[in-house]
Amino acid sequence: MLDALLTLLIVLLKIVALLVPLMVAVAYLTFAERKIIGFIQVRRGPLHVGPRGWLQPIADAVKLIFKEIVIPAGANRFLFLLAPLLAMGPSIAAWAVVPLGENLYVTDIDASLLYVLALTSLSVYGIIIAGWSSNSKYAFLGALRSAAQVVSYEIAMGFALVGVLLAAGSLNLREIVLAQQGSLLHWFWIPLLPLFVVYFIAGLAETNRAPFDLAEGESEIVAGFHVEYSGMSFGVFFLAEYANMILISMLTSLMFLGGWLSPFQGIPLLESLFGWVPGIVWLLLKTSFFLLLFLWVRATFPRYRYDQLMRLGWKILIPITIAWLLVVGAAVAGGLGPWFD
Amino acid sequence: MPEIRNYTLNFGPQHPAAHGVLRLVLEMDGEVIERADPHIGLLHRATEKLAETRTYNQALPYMDRLDYVSMMCNEHAYVLAVEKLLGVEVPIRAQYIRVMFDEITRILNHLMWIGAHGLDIGAMTIFLYAFREREDLMDCYEAVSGARMHAAYYRPGGVYRDLPDSMPKYEVSKWHNAKEVERMNRNRQGSLLDFIEDFTERFPACVDEYETLLTDNRIWKQRTVDIGVVSPERALQLGFTGPMLRGSGIAWDLRKKQPYEVYDRLDFDIPVGTNGDTYDRYLVRVEEMRQSNRIIKQCVEWLRKNPGPVMLDNHKITPPRRDDVKGDMESLIHHFKLFTEGYCIPEGEAYAAVEHPKGEFGIYMISDGANKPYRLKIRAPGFVHLSALDEMSRGHMLADVVAIIGTQDIVFGEVDR
Repeated sequence: MLDALLTLLIVLLKIVALLVPLMVAVAYLTFAERKIIGFIQVRRGPLHVGPRGWLQPIADAVKLIFKEIVIPAGANRFLFLLAPLLAMGPSIAAWAVVPLGENLYVTDIDASLLYVLALTSLSVYGIIIAGWSSNSKYAFLGALRSAAQVVSYEIAMGFALVGVLLAAGSLNLREIVLAQQGSLLHWFWIPLLPLFVVYFIAGLAETNRAPFDLAEGESEIVAGFHVEYSGMSFGVFFLAEYANMILISMLTSLMFLGGWLSPFQGIPLLESLFGWVPGIVWLLLKTSFFLLLFLWVRATFPRYRYDQLMRLGWKILIPITIAWLLVVGAAVAGGLGPWFD
Repeated sequence: MPEIRNYTLNFGPQHPAAHGVLRLVLEMDGEVIERADPHIGLLHRATEKLAETRTYNQALPYMDRLDYVSMMCNEHAYVLAVEKLLGVEVPIRAQYIRVMFDEITRILNHLMWIGAHGLDIGAMTIFLYAFREREDLMDCYEAVSGARMHAAYYRPGGVYRDLPDSMPKYEVSKWHNAKEVERMNRNRQGSLLDFIEDFTERFPACVDEYETLLTDNRIWKQRTVDIGVVSPERALQLGFTGPMLRGSGIAWDLRKKQPYEVYDRLDFDIPVGTNGDTYDRYLVRVEEMRQSNRIIKQCVEWLRKNPGPVMLDNHKITPPRRDDVKGDMESLIHHFKLFTEGYCIPEGEAYAAVEHPKGEFGIYMISDGANKPYRLKIRAPGFVHLSALDEMSRGHMLADVVAIIGTQDIVFGEVDR
């Protein structure tokens, strides 16, 4: 009995230890976004709340919390309030299996890659239900676009993951990283380069970020699926989107850039010189790099039209992944070094 | 079995892509537009009627407020109409100043357009880059007229005053320290002409920068090529003018075809498109910015060498010098008469049109011999273009409607008047 209670306590502690930094990271990702896009657009970004604007995310959160949650007339009350939770739930639950270091994880399950794929696909239900239950044409259009988006990129994303699975010979994220042991050149970004690119593009679409932010479509359908949401019910969608961004960035670095492995591994002098740096620092650096890419892309590209996104998904991304899967399969069967020997 | 019906979507007037107060009622089949019905009038201010109760000079500032992103061009058509009825010719220096500011206005308008068009299609950085350059041009407006938007600088008989010999400078403040201020004031040391010349040196590189973001961008091309195609014949039938007509491949430009002021002495080209789609109109406008820059350069050069009066000496229609008003009875009377009664224009009617950044902007004026117009009709290019929205967007998707509104460069000040 006491044992069971203790395990429960430890699990809860682990969850808190994961979630609190995650929420802080989300808050400061919004700040980083405004500062970085501000820099790209020759402006300053937030400056006035706290020293150099550092308290801006806190102010934003406080504002959202104190705003009234308006439920539009004719909306389905239950689904309307359920939708943000459906969006938020999976994007947090997926974090349970993400390893932050060789022995640093909340839980380590065998099929963690499959688990992640399943959960990230679930979050689209939040968007579709939000759009439907709002009883608004704009929101409904956003939901439909989101559904169209899912069918076109999720397959490519799945195939990209199959490539990783083939290369690593495991569905466990921890073992996938360990399979990349050796040096910078042993990481999967070289043998799986097309899949790496496809996965990142699909990740942009998965998180509804520009240039695939059709479900939101600011200038077309105003705010799309969350046009009727206000206050914290909107805030939850917002949190989910940013938590998803961090998740996708981290998964990309785990699967293709060797996760917590040091980039200097295998280089005689540098390896010992940087030996003291904990693995999690490398992982966070790699993740930050992908987050920067997310923001950079947003500041640079126009938005796709939704039929064009579908064309991109079906006619370009999926054929590339399928073709490259054959190549990877052949390489694995042939034991091509230094990755698959 | 339930019947499948189209649905209507109310697009605007409160919409990020409504360019002010456009209200579209869209009949849609899924995301495909079956019919687009623009509802206008939400910014109607009765400019034409107001002008009938104001003297000729008092009605001038209303013109700024028509197309509020190309202010001086609106004024230009108005003063040309008044001058035509009066039968006066303005001093040559004033003509050059007007042409220079017309082209500055064209760049102002096209920068606003490229920013808004980019934002509509989802490219948001271009907007801020365009506004960075717009800021400098606004400073030119401010230097000559004191106002950054509604200048009221052109007057019947010339322009309000000559170009200033010095530019206003930034001062050290809580936000800008001495070093920053020095950098910001670097191109403001000389006269306005120096400032404008410095701008013309910088501007082509800025246009290149916008083009690197958009012109060869695959997404930008996918979103604009073959969107809102208008054939040359149809463009003429619909009454298109300006870049909308030139995008369809018809080289019609009032600056070349009916030169007014000093355009016949200046060297510039008219860009035309080939396909008449949104992408071609984009290219035409971008090239127009480069050509405007060329014209401004030529004007600056001429204005440097040729000082002279910028206003007619006829004090029946232009105000006398301030010094004279204080000491000379005749000037005092002129001043009083001009600013109270105004001046009477002989009976008659006139149509004056300029190549406005958006197309042909015309003023049709009828005078019954009084000190105010009997009737003033404004020919706004945006109104004509908007009326073709239905035809251009039919069969396209919702996202394309937004691109088409952007390519038409609609401003509601002039559409609703």
